[in-house]
Amino acid sequence: MTTTPQAARRASPRKRRPATPAAPDPSAGLLPQTDPVRLLNPDGTPLPSRADYPEPPVEALREMYRRMVIGRRFDAQSTALTKQGRLAVYPSSRGQEACQVGGVLALRDGDWVFPTYRESMALTARGIDPVEVLTLLRGDWHCGYDPAERRTAPQCTPLATQCVHAAGLAYGESYQGRDTVALAFIGDGATSEGDFHEGINFAAVFKAPVVYFVQNNRYAISVPLSRQTAAPSLAYKGVGYGVPSEQVDGNDPVAVLAVLNRAVAHARAGKGPYLVEAHTYRMEPHTNADDQTRYRDADEVEAWRDRDPIARLETYLRARDVLDDAAVAEIAEQAEAYAAELRERMNAQPTVDPLSLFEHVYAQPTPQLVEQREQVRAELAAAQEEDA
Amino acid sequence: MATMTMAKALNAALADAMLDDERVVVFGEDVGQLGGVFRITDGLQARFGDKRCFDTPLAEAGIVGFAVGLAMSGLRPVVEMQFDAFAYPAFEQIASHVAKLRNRTRGALSVPMVIRVPYAGGIGGVEHHCDSSEAYYAHTPGLKVVTPATVGDAYSLLREAIDDPDPVVFMEPKKLYFASAEADLSARTEPFGRAVVRRPGRDATLVAYGPAVPVALEAAEAAREEGWDLEVVDVRTIVPFDDATVTASVRRTGRCVVVQEAQGFAGVGAEIAARVQERCFHALHAPVLRVSGLDIPYPAPMLEHTHLPSVDRVLDAVARLQWDDQPDPRWLTEGSAA
Repeated sequence: MTTTPQAARRASPRKRRPATPAAPDPSAGLLPQTDPVRLLNPDGTPLPSRADYPEPPVEALREMYRRMVIGRRFDAQSTALTKQGRLAVYPSSRGQEACQVGGVLALRDGDWVFPTYRESMALTARGIDPVEVLTLLRGDWHCGYDPAERRTAPQCTPLATQCVHAAGLAYGESYQGRDTVALAFIGDGATSEGDFHEGINFAAVFKAPVVYFVQNNRYAISVPLSRQTAAPSLAYKGVGYGVPSEQVDGNDPVAVLAVLNRAVAHARAGKGPYLVEAHTYRMEPHTNADDQTRYRDADEVEAWRDRDPIARLETYLRARDVLDDAAVAEIAEQAEAYAAELRERMNAQPTVDPLSLFEHVYAQPTPQLVEQREQVRAELAAAQEEDA
Repeated sequence: MATMTMAKALNAALADAMLDDERVVVFGEDVGQLGGVFRITDGLQARFGDKRCFDTPLAEAGIVGFAVGLAMSGLRPVVEMQFDAFAYPAFEQIASHVAKLRNRTRGALSVPMVIRVPYAGGIGGVEHHCDSSEAYYAHTPGLKVVTPATVGDAYSLLREAIDDPDPVVFMEPKKLYFASAEADLSARTEPFGRAVVRRPGRDATLVAYGPAVPVALEAAEAAREEGWDLEVVDVRTIVPFDDATVTASVRRTGRCVVVQEAQGFAGVGAEIAARVQERCFHALHAPVLRVSGLDIPYPAPMLEHTHLPSVDRVLDAVARLQWDDQPDPRWLTEGSAA
């Protein structure tokens, strides 16, 4: 038999003591919501609006749609370029368009992006020349764009190391009185790496304005999420570092942008880092060189087609009367033109200069590098003479 | 001129650099209030505030990676790895990012920073506190690797490291921290890329760096009794390496012993010996020999004296330099696989 506190008070009102205030929950505001934030149903119909994640302006969503469509076409074109031997390899982000585009749309031009190798679409959505983005994968140099000018770090192939760079850059910017935000992209597998934890911890301790944006696409090449973590969600990894965290339906473009807007505003307001986990799915193999039939069923992939982020946003924007057949066709045409130009430019054989190998190792080459450069120069001259 | 320890000179270099350039920030483990376990950052936080000199979480990859970001934002980080072996967690950051960012981006990004590493032994330290890790860094293109052996160099090379446009791994020989010497901090010593003849001599060249330099100098002094006049070259900057000074010395003397504290196999001394052999073959009267630590994990304190290159070991090597024009018998064993 139990007695409620109310019943006990009624029974003996004189014994009533002032209630001890409950200790505040130290994790309050840090833990993500139990279910990923969602503002659109998978079929594109809207869910009730919510005060914590106001819907982004419809113009922003329309622009997001445009960049997602172009992004997907860019992605398909890049995969095709591997088949034509124009790219050594390409890691596709098809299916992750909401995250790729949302991640850069939430930022200002002066903010910094720290991408991984899977963010080629995000970088082109940021306005970086696609040929410069694909330089890494074509293989005529490593990073093809100017990171300082584009405020975008080189695409990172070592896993999670960029998480610490983002913390340092963001702290350095605020240290010098600038309100720059840094957004670090990271995948589900990389949250197991030490540098993810060190990065988020440094950012938290130094209150660095960083958004850590985890695209959980459920696979690290072939290894499923269950082998990365026993946590209920990757967003639970923030609470241990005192970092507010959220999880979002990564195939709901409206929710992705709404959650990232809040995360970026939090960081820019000087409140420190924010962790966002987007639940999404990689529709293609890890890269063109991967065989996904060895680790997942076609049925599983098929099921995710119903959650396509582009169709979802298109349905919603049509219902909002900001997109019609003509606009959809016009954007599709832009995407085709974008791909055609990329194809044409990538068909040109890039010129590489072996002597450039000795530049940019140091600000000034060492005497040993000068010696090696002269040796290569002589080899090249000899080869040329032989050809002549 | 003033008499001071290497530790004090390094501390003065940090303070003067912070005074001259407000972009310079110093951070690491225990470098703030405590002033570092070796007191190299002593008083910097009190003097410059806890934004210029601060403690970090205990995470070396984090420290170096954070420095990469700070350097990208325009600051000049100087980070302390508490001990040689404790820097290993940072190795990926150093090898994949610090060393390569300039090259990966065709010079658009550079990350000038100084990674200070107290290294090597001879101080009775327990395991993981006495590694000679210079070869790992020297083998990584994009890094400069510097190690002072004198008080004057400690100050001057650290100032130059902080000013340098490239990342510098600054290796500080722990056993020399508290030895005093006269030094004039207002005068810079030789710049990066220059080895220095510490002691001129005619009969053979001892090439050494960091903690091995005092051993080589002592050996040269002792060799006088045996009738050998030895030259001692202090390498100072392992990268960039000064072939010219080393080559000129060995061509003059015709004999060479490379002395290093680190284990010998695939070490910096092996590189130096190979370079000397390539450049001085026709001037050599004997094979180039190496005296180094043994090829073992750094030993426990009570055994370290057996491991460390000693004056006697250096003199034994000098004795084998074919003074009577006879080949070194070690390499003449009949049927030897060596």
